[in-house]
Amino acid sequence: MTTQPAELATYNFAYLDEQTKRMIRRAILKAIAIPGYQVPFASREMPMPYGWGTGGVQVTASIIGPDDTLKVIDQGADDTTNAVSIRAFFAKVAEVNTTTSTADATIIQTRHRIPEEKLVEGQILVYQVPIPEPLRFLEPRETETRKMHALEDYGLMHVKLYEDIARNGHIATTYAYPVKIKGRYVMDPSPTPKFDNPKMDQSEALQLFGAGREKRIYAVPPYTSVVSLDFEDFPFEVNRFDQPCALCGAEGVYLDEVVLDDRGGRMFACSDTDHCEKRRAAGHKGSMASEGAAT
Amino acid sequence: MMTQSDSVSPYPEPANGRGENANPPLQQAQGKGLPAFDEDKPLLSASGVSKFYGSRIGCEDVSIDIWPGEVLAVVGESGSGKTTLLNCISTRLMPTTGTVTYRMRDGHIRDLYRMGEAERRFLMRTDWGFVHQNPADGLRMTVSAGANVGERLMATGARHYGDIRATAGDWLGRVEIAEDRIDDQPRAFSGGMRQRLQIARNLVTGPRLVFMDEPTGGLDVSVQARLLDLLRGLVTDLGLAVVVVTHDLAVARLLSHRMVVMKDGRVIETGLTDRVLDDPRAPYTQLLVSSILQA
Amino acid sequence: MAVPLIVSGVSKSFTMHLRGGVRIPVVDAVHFSIETGQCAVLSGPSGVGKSSILKMLYGNYAVDVGQILIRHNGTLIDLARAEPRQVMAVRRDTIGYVSQFLRAVPRVSALDVAAEPLVQRGADPDTARRRAADLFARLNLPEKLWDLPPATFSGGEQQRVNIARGFITDHPILLLDEPTASLDAANRAVVVAMIGEKKADGVALLGIFHDADLREAVADRIIEVTGFAPQKAA
Repeated sequence: MTTQPAELATYNFAYLDEQTKRMIRRAILKAIAIPGYQVPFASREMPMPYGWGTGGVQVTASIIGPDDTLKVIDQGADDTTNAVSIRAFFAKVAEVNTTTSTADATIIQTRHRIPEEKLVEGQILVYQVPIPEPLRFLEPRETETRKMHALEDYGLMHVKLYEDIARNGHIATTYAYPVKIKGRYVMDPSPTPKFDNPKMDQSEALQLFGAGREKRIYAVPPYTSVVSLDFEDFPFEVNRFDQPCALCGAEGVYLDEVVLDDRGGRMFACSDTDHCEKRRAAGHKGSMASEGAAT
Repeated sequence: MMTQSDSVSPYPEPANGRGENANPPLQQAQGKGLPAFDEDKPLLSASGVSKFYGSRIGCEDVSIDIWPGEVLAVVGESGSGKTTLLNCISTRLMPTTGTVTYRMRDGHIRDLYRMGEAERRFLMRTDWGFVHQNPADGLRMTVSAGANVGERLMATGARHYGDIRATAGDWLGRVEIAEDRIDDQPRAFSGGMRQRLQIARNLVTGPRLVFMDEPTGGLDVSVQARLLDLLRGLVTDLGLAVVVVTHDLAVARLLSHRMVVMKDGRVIETGLTDRVLDDPRAPYTQLLVSSILQA
Repeated sequence: MAVPLIVSGVSKSFTMHLRGGVRIPVVDAVHFSIETGQCAVLSGPSGVGKSSILKMLYGNYAVDVGQILIRHNGTLIDLARAEPRQVMAVRRDTIGYVSQFLRAVPRVSALDVAAEPLVQRGADPDTARRRAADLFARLNLPEKLWDLPPATFSGGEQQRVNIARGFITDHPILLLDEPTASLDAANRAVVVAMIGEKKADGVALLGIFHDADLREAVADRIIEVTGFAPQKAA
């Protein structure tokens, strides 16, 4: 684990020093032991600005080993600046293999999506979290929200959902949709679309959440119940799309709206680029596959 | 889709906690009828309660009982210690010495300052109410009137939007707020309306004891009269026990059965409200009564 | 004949702390009792302490020394030493009171004001309001006033609301503080008849009536309050 890449002799393996990694691992272990509970940790300065995934990177750096294969996605895509940079970062400082294939990865660091392909035992999903506190916008005092978690005082969460229905006729929260972990802690699943919430429930993979600026780590261990909050008469529902992916024809996946020109042309395509590419490679075709296949 | 109510919590419920009150205690309001004078035990008992701020006296050696269905007025000028006393007996301010006990719904008498925080909070939002002088202190100003009233229900496990909304609407009617204001925020309400909304928010769970700190302070005289009238009706209909702090003897006369007069942190006279006002004994009470302006 | 109320050795004075602690004696060594089915009348010139005695019997004024024994729900209570809660229970169940002036509550209708003592005792509000309406009709209170708050009523109208409020219950003891002062002859006659009915029902009444004819008409016994004047050489 402590092999020193020759050309980077001044850096420790995976960039962080061993003491820091130990400290973060202790926080991770505690987070796994108390599913959904936000564990404070001494977040370090990273060579990237806050908001670019400093929390996720520190978690990944603390758990990654030389034999791991890393995949990094940003809103489902493997090819955005953020995803490419973080992949390159770990390829350099930990000399690990990287991949864009969900199935081949042992660690997947993600910003705002869960891959469409079902994760399996042994995989770890690391979320980049901007704001870990689900009660934040209802109760600004951190002292009070911590007390509310401690006392399981979660009436306010439903106040927010009530307001949604009162204003919009349905629960209009579409991302960062609050969930209750193992019947105890209410958790912010990071700004993933609520479409992904059901994938968190009883997931075979370990899910770790790192918030760098806010210095919090939390976790959902494998096979843990993750329930989206709702009302009996307004049950939780995932986003639905009225058309399949324009590129690969997939249904029941999360789609991004892509603007094609300045004349109102647009299409809906898989947000999970790896999933889409694999399907197209397997011969699936969407309505616009011939023109748009290049991206 | 299931809500979290059916997920198994590994954590023990607080004694006398949620399990017992699984259905929101709406129907527990005592209905019509007279204050139950023949109940032979006080609801709340304060004994030898003192609060010192450093060497300054907040209140000193106060012992009072509050009986079911009884309205007790605590009067005195500003700085007399009446608000300190109110906070001490409502667990908002830990007294320096003395004990405060409360007879729970199950008949057990509990020391309020030996209760766990979770149980205390549960008590405060089910069996108690607290009406602040400034409604902004007791309301969520950026949340709709309906959600303000519904919050206590949701905090105690109500999960049916339609039912919560119907109950909220019913309570708005009872405090004379037009039902079509249910989705408006209290920011858009007049002072009197805000105060009535705060009262509805407190009474929705059918509490047995309500604390009020100058509930009519800062309102126009005509608005005050309407509010007092409403309070009188609710107190009688629901058989509430109320401790109301006021410097306004007219408010005390109109609302209360019994009066406690405070000066310099001490109780200097107690008795039936009309006895204290018509035949004041202590020099300070005589001064207070003789200072009332006759309209 | 039963004796539901005994006053024994009661003295009352006011200490005026704002006037240098001057002590103003009101009555001294008050001794009397009242009997069921009778109307006793407190008599004496004004200022002699008649109203103060009634107010002590209702718990409205504190008692310096002495006892006020009242038969309340089968037990004997000393009202002079009773806890406020006991006084409230006595007022609800045992002693009714028609005061000289109505302390009007804003926004509450005359009907509800008169019906309140019955409702407090657990009666159905509609039944109580009907009883109040009957009494209003009997006392010739114009029907258009019934649903209005009495604050703006004339003295005579307010007094009739007050009488209805006092007579609506079946309290075994009824105190009357000049209930007819502002009434005309016709309504005074109604009140005389109502007092007669209370007597027939076995209620013990104690009243103050300035009007000599009325006193003649209702009094079974006169209690001379001048006899309880404080001794100058104390």
